Amino acid sequence: MITWESFLETFETGSGFWNPLIWITAIVIAFLVVYILRGYGKKEYKEKTEQIKAFLSGNPEYEKEKMHIKGSNVYWGFTESLKWIYKALEKMHTGNVSDYILWFVVIMGILFILVGVI
Amino acid sequence: MNMDTILTHSPALIIAVPLLGAFLTPLISRINDKLRNVFVILTVGLTGFLVSLLSYDVLINGKIHTYVFGSQDIGSPVVRILFEVDGMNAFMIIIGAILVFVAVVYSWAFMKENTGLDKYYTLILLMAAGMFGMMLTGDMFNFFVFLEITSISSCALIAFWTNKGKAVEAGFKYIVISTIGALFILFAIAILYGQYNALNMAVLANSIQSPMTFLDKTALVLLIAGLAMKAGIVPMHMWLPDAYGRAPASVTLILVGTTQASLYALFRMVFTVYGNSLSLDAEPLRQIGEVDITLNGLLGVIIVLLAIITIIVGVLMALKQSDFKRTIAFAAVAEIGYMFLAVGAGLWAIGTTHGMMALKGGIFHIINDALDVGLLFLVAGAIYYATKETSLNKMGGLARNMKYTTIFFLIGLLAVSGMPPMNGFASKLLIYESTYLINPILAIVAILCSILLLAVFVKVFHSAFLGPKIPRFNDVKEVPKSMLIAMGLLACVIIFFGLFPDLIVNNIVDPAANALANNSNYISQIIGGP
Repeated sequence: MITWESFLETFETGSGFWNPLIWITAIVIAFLVVYILRGYGKKEYKEKTEQIKAFLSGNPEYEKEKMHIKGSNVYWGFTESLKWIYKALEKMHTGNVSDYILWFVVIMGILFILVGVI
Repeated sequence: MNMDTILTHSPALIIAVPLLGAFLTPLISRINDKLRNVFVILTVGLTGFLVSLLSYDVLINGKIHTYVFGSQDIGSPVVRILFEVDGMNAFMIIIGAILVFVAVVYSWAFMKENTGLDKYYTLILLMAAGMFGMMLTGDMFNFFVFLEITSISSCALIAFWTNKGKAVEAGFKYIVISTIGALFILFAIAILYGQYNALNMAVLANSIQSPMTFLDKTALVLLIAGLAMKAGIVPMHMWLPDAYGRAPASVTLILVGTTQASLYALFRMVFTVYGNSLSLDAEPLRQIGEVDITLNGLLGVIIVLLAIITIIVGVLMALKQSDFKRTIAFAAVAEIGYMFLAVGAGLWAIGTTHGMMALKGGIFHIINDALDVGLLFLVAGAIYYATKETSLNKMGGLARNMKYTTIFFLIGLLAVSGMPPMNGFASKLLIYESTYLINPILAIVAILCSILLLAVFVKVFHSAFLGPKIPRFNDVKEVPKSMLIAMGLLACVIIFFGLFPDLIVNNIVDPAANALANNSNYISQIIGGP
């Protein structure tokens, strides 16, 4: 039977523990502190003035669609530096169903050698 | 008819209700479309009620339910199908019931503009019946039949948008892969039947003893390979991004459930059917020098290796994608790797406390993954519904027009990346901790890939929801209520699981893990004994 007390119990993981309710309480307190500190900031922001325009080192603002960084450009450096891995992965993902079956046969063969023969 | 009678017959009714509903749907569809939608929701609602009734009895009261179709006498040589519901089965049908219910509610508005919805709902209910069958049956051949029912209906649903060529191609690939996988599973079943003259899982589990015969090993290899392909383990995962990416979002949600049903079957075969050969006192397969090669050690290492490859490949491929649904699909591949890693580690360290902890982590992650990845797919569907766009390169600023959808995506993002206080954190914590005790490198790889997974979804969030308002999407509005309710339902369950992990682990995960780790209860329920 599930009791009300069981909702509040701490989750024991063996070597550690995790209690989301305590974590949330801590986060809420942290947010409150940040909010109070924010209140001490300068109130110089004025709507419908030049302040709302994006400042691009004095360069003109591009059109909205051009301003947004597209999905393919995010993490460009990461994918570029791991090009050698991605080349191999793209070679593997041919989109050809015969190749899908080939991989299945390869894995079955390896399993058969490891489990069946041993 | 009282509740006890309903409970007794619930294993059969959980299959019969959606199956009957599937055949009635085209007829009701002729009367009125709204009536059909209400009928389908009521059908899956009733199935959900039966699932909760049965699961409560199994998980909380600790009973094992058996349901016999045919002769009640176990000794008589007649055709008989037997369902056996223990903690693991009950755990799986809860996942299935949640996913099917949410998918049907979501479909109300999402599929409204499509034609052929009588066929769509019929196939959805058939797919649900097949999935529940896979999760409940205790008979090997019957499992194959349900696997085929699920595969055929899934294929038709993946290719439902026939006007899009790629959907048809994805459906074709799925049926080829499913059929070949299922044929090898059938071959394995035939080998076991030829040896032991039995198809019942408990009877087979009792018959397969250590040391295993060559045919036992052959059947095990065929079962693992066939089911691992159906579950989307790298390098046999390539059908999964195609199928998940091209199917309607509501169908993808149930596809997540059917993939996990295959994963469940893999665990059931290894832990229950071959359970006697996994025990610590089982004879080793071979001795190389001073080292004993045991089945649990060997399978554990193989599964862990496949899992690590699955996680790395899944997450790296997700990072490179520019299509919304394909990104989530590759992330789903990585998530399957986490479950596989935990269960492999549990197998590797069988009989130890951290081995059991790993098993619990893996099982807990099954339900968390279904909810988290499911929610993300629904959000992807909502974006497609509102913008008719799937490319991340063409999206931006949608948070301004679709506030609720953005919140749901954030919840899914945090949950799937294992960020506290969401549900994914608790299960991944168990996985990290237990795998660290087995081999720290495993935990390090798992944590690094989880960070990359967060990076993947931060990219998606940035590309689709943040940035300036794009003029092309000025008229985009929030999606209809039924879609918001469906996403909200999943989000609520995710938050609930995240806030009360101890409650979920104690009441749902523990019985499932114990059922997997100890096959003697499963066997004794059918053939008697201690």
